Amino acid sequence: MSPSPETRPHPPVPGIEQAVALGLTRDEYAMVVQEMDGREPNEVELAMFSLLWSEHCAYKHSKKLLRTLPTEGPAVVMGPGENAGAVDVGGGWAVAFKVESHNHPSAVEPFQGAATGVGGILRDIFALGARPIAVLDSLRFGEPDSERSRYLLDRAVAGIGHYGNSIGVPTVGGEVVFEAPYETNCLVNAMAIGLARTEDMIRSAAAGVGNVLVLFGASTGRDGIGGASVLASAELDAEDESKRPSVQVGDPFEESKLLECSLALLQSGLLVALQDLGAAGLTSAASEMAAKGEVGLDLDVAKVPLREADMAPFEIMVSESQERMLCVCEPGKVADVLALCEKWEVNGTAIGEVTEGNRFRVLRGDEVVGDMPVSGLVDDAPLYDLAPEKPTESLYPAPAAKLGFEADVHEALVALLSSPNLASRRPLFEQYDSIVQSRTVRRPEEADAAVLHLYDMGDGAPAIATSIDGNGRKVAADPYWGTVANVLECAANLACVGAQPLGTTNNLNFGNPEKPHIAWQLTEAVRGLGDACRALEAPIVGGNVSLYNEGADGPIYPTPVVGMVGLLPDATRAGRLGFARAGDAIALVGWNGGVSGGSLAASELSKLRGEALPDGLPAIDLAQVVGVLDAVREAVRDGELSSVHDVAEGGFLVAVAESCLAGGLGAALDLGDAEDVWTTLFGERSGGFVVSGPRDALERLGERVPLDVFGTVGGDRLEIAVSNLGESWPLAELREASSALAPLFP
Amino acid sequence: MKLGVVTFPGTCDDVDARLAVAKVAEPVALWHGDSDLHGVDGVVIPGGFSYGDYLRAGAIARFSPVMESVIAFARAGGPVLGICNGFQILCEAGLLPGALLPNVKLRFVCRQVDVEVQTVATPFTATCEVGQRLSIPAKHTTGCFFGDVPREQVVLRYAEGHNFNGSQDDVAGVVNEQGNVMGLMPHPEHAVDLLTGGSADGLKLFEGMARVAVA
Repeated sequence: MSPSPETRPHPPVPGIEQAVALGLTRDEYAMVVQEMDGREPNEVELAMFSLLWSEHCAYKHSKKLLRTLPTEGPAVVMGPGENAGAVDVGGGWAVAFKVESHNHPSAVEPFQGAATGVGGILRDIFALGARPIAVLDSLRFGEPDSERSRYLLDRAVAGIGHYGNSIGVPTVGGEVVFEAPYETNCLVNAMAIGLARTEDMIRSAAAGVGNVLVLFGASTGRDGIGGASVLASAELDAEDESKRPSVQVGDPFEESKLLECSLALLQSGLLVALQDLGAAGLTSAASEMAAKGEVGLDLDVAKVPLREADMAPFEIMVSESQERMLCVCEPGKVADVLALCEKWEVNGTAIGEVTEGNRFRVLRGDEVVGDMPVSGLVDDAPLYDLAPEKPTESLYPAPAAKLGFEADVHEALVALLSSPNLASRRPLFEQYDSIVQSRTVRRPEEADAAVLHLYDMGDGAPAIATSIDGNGRKVAADPYWGTVANVLECAANLACVGAQPLGTTNNLNFGNPEKPHIAWQLTEAVRGLGDACRALEAPIVGGNVSLYNEGADGPIYPTPVVGMVGLLPDATRAGRLGFARAGDAIALVGWNGGVSGGSLAASELSKLRGEALPDGLPAIDLAQVVGVLDAVREAVRDGELSSVHDVAEGGFLVAVAESCLAGGLGAALDLGDAEDVWTTLFGERSGGFVVSGPRDALERLGERVPLDVFGTVGGDRLEIAVSNLGESWPLAELREASSALAPLFP
Repeated sequence: MKLGVVTFPGTCDDVDARLAVAKVAEPVALWHGDSDLHGVDGVVIPGGFSYGDYLRAGAIARFSPVMESVIAFARAGGPVLGICNGFQILCEAGLLPGALLPNVKLRFVCRQVDVEVQTVATPFTATCEVGQRLSIPAKHTTGCFFGDVPREQVVLRYAEGHNFNGSQDDVAGVVNEQGNVMGLMPHPEHAVDLLTGGSADGLKLFEGMARVAVA
């Protein structure tokens, strides 16, 4: 591998028009030429620059904002910039986690789009040396009365299940929301969590001149060529089916072998660095490894095992074929690396070496087919300032009315529980293996957060809790307070099981940031995200940005999705959401002003009533909510409460009904006189919890935070008295309402 | 006393099976490419997607080197328990009667189910009572049992309302004629610890297996 340096790259020079077609602007093309010392890039180089300088890879419109986020804290082991973030869970162990989107591929081909989204985020986790222990997903579709939405939902759920189930990683949680603005552009975000000994974790920086690059896993084909620039960095249009060749095809069996092989390689101490191949394939993996290690690379495409013999060098460099990893090892260890690959029936091939300096040279045998500065590829993509401007009127039409204002409270609760956003998720999560690996302490719908026992850590092992949350409608109404509420919701779910957040990951799903109103949404949301994470001391350790989520019918709701991991010392005391004991007292905890303190602004009830989004949401007293979370968490850890459930979408009465259904026990409530019955029963606000337990335990909690006892657990009906109103629902009626999603999965 | 747990490429529940075995015996990891059973007293073939379920669930695993030894071990009367994919492999290997077809609704389902013990005249159910209900999770896409099996070889049936996969006559688990090889679709290894299992009913099958392995 030693072609003479004066060899000129042969491939044709496509020129500026082709560069524009690949997604670069004319100014960016001029910058690329400058990076190439005045020479126009050939087709290999142009393909690589256009991908690495795409929004998806370079975060051109978001990087400056992301720099404002809090990323440091006592538990942070690995922050943003690595394949995933990681937090310390004690005893020399760390938990790695990250959320990533696969939105546009899923809108084009939902089964493979969602499946490879899971595959990709799992590789990010085991590329660090962590064994994946859980997957969560966050999904957004149009209303299920649309045939296309039902199709996308059905296939995306099947794809997530297909991949996660087959690879033996439990899918333990997630969320799905149906709103008209996601009709064209659905969202499929997947989060993965891994466990590792901190000392065994590995970074992705290539190092050691003369060390060898080994590509292992699946062979390279034409699937997914240009996925990052074509799909992820442009708006969707009507002819998306023609983009199907850009969607990758996943093979969880190959990934299962790749996972075991990767972890075995790391445990054997054979590797210097490890990186997964994701968006932009070899181009991105190799150049990022080089940039982080401040070294150069020679990479020979003639050595890459191919599925089709006649692939051009640029195709090999940008292919997004799945289930591939790239590692760096010392020359003397190549034979051992390849032998371990063989044991796991994984194809491994040495394809290049680490060089001194800053050049990424792509070779085909003796011929140099590309020669670029590493720093230019990875670090010099232009970063753009946003031009945010608050819109003068809402960007979104009012949702279609499903419930008349004349409906009474009885009908309203049934309508809410049967609405697609609040109905039981059982028909979805039963399609996922939630228990493999024998660490799932709380399964879906048993608690507000999933709880995973870290038995690997030995006697007295702690557990982690995790949740993923988003509420695009609230963020659309108020990007700042909506995002703050979103982060608090995630932390509240952790508090319900007794967990303290250690770190946060996020996926920012937004429209086209070059449009001022979208730029405003993004700017305000990131400000809210940062403020809330600072207040919770739950720093951002990683994440992803997905922009250009728009179709001909407009942008999606701005949808930051927040995932958290928290620690609880005693898994046996993890909270449950279902009422557990007849005779227990029921209380609302946390809201100053009691049960009437919520708001119907952008609530689920207002959506069902077809109300337009308000301009702004009520401000939140962050410090007060954080104090409530602390108190609830401690009460759960003390084993004081029989059930804990946070008041989220749907408000107080929906939360009570959910606790009834989860526990199979009724409840009788007397709320006294209410200023406004609707706000009291269905208003939403951060930092409220429905708890049940012995009265003296609730009183102890009430010494620390606002707490009102409203009723008693028991019977087989939900009964309420409020002002002069009395209502009652048999649990069977509520259960039937809550089963509304079942027909979507015949 | 040692119980082996086989790992094929694509096996998912091998760690779980070893954790369950560890409650009654010493677990030994067996590798698909190694025909040596390392002197174990019984073999568990765990769940998962061996060889990606390609061709047909269990169809490829059945030809692996370790299976030659497991088949010989079973024919010699050694206790063998196949769970989910392990059940499919034992059917493919001809050690158990019947076959597993795709679930009636063609979807993967993960659900805690109740099964009823039909006979205690097998080592695996010797610690149970006839008619006893066991709460054990099931999770699979290809679990619809089909085939003619003598009544005395049906060990477990799904309780009423729990047969989500459409199995013929609610069959959830069967044994071979000699009674030393058992297959079932639900996952007893996921019901051995109240912290994570929701029930510990699955432990009974492992306890029974360990008893006979000692005898």
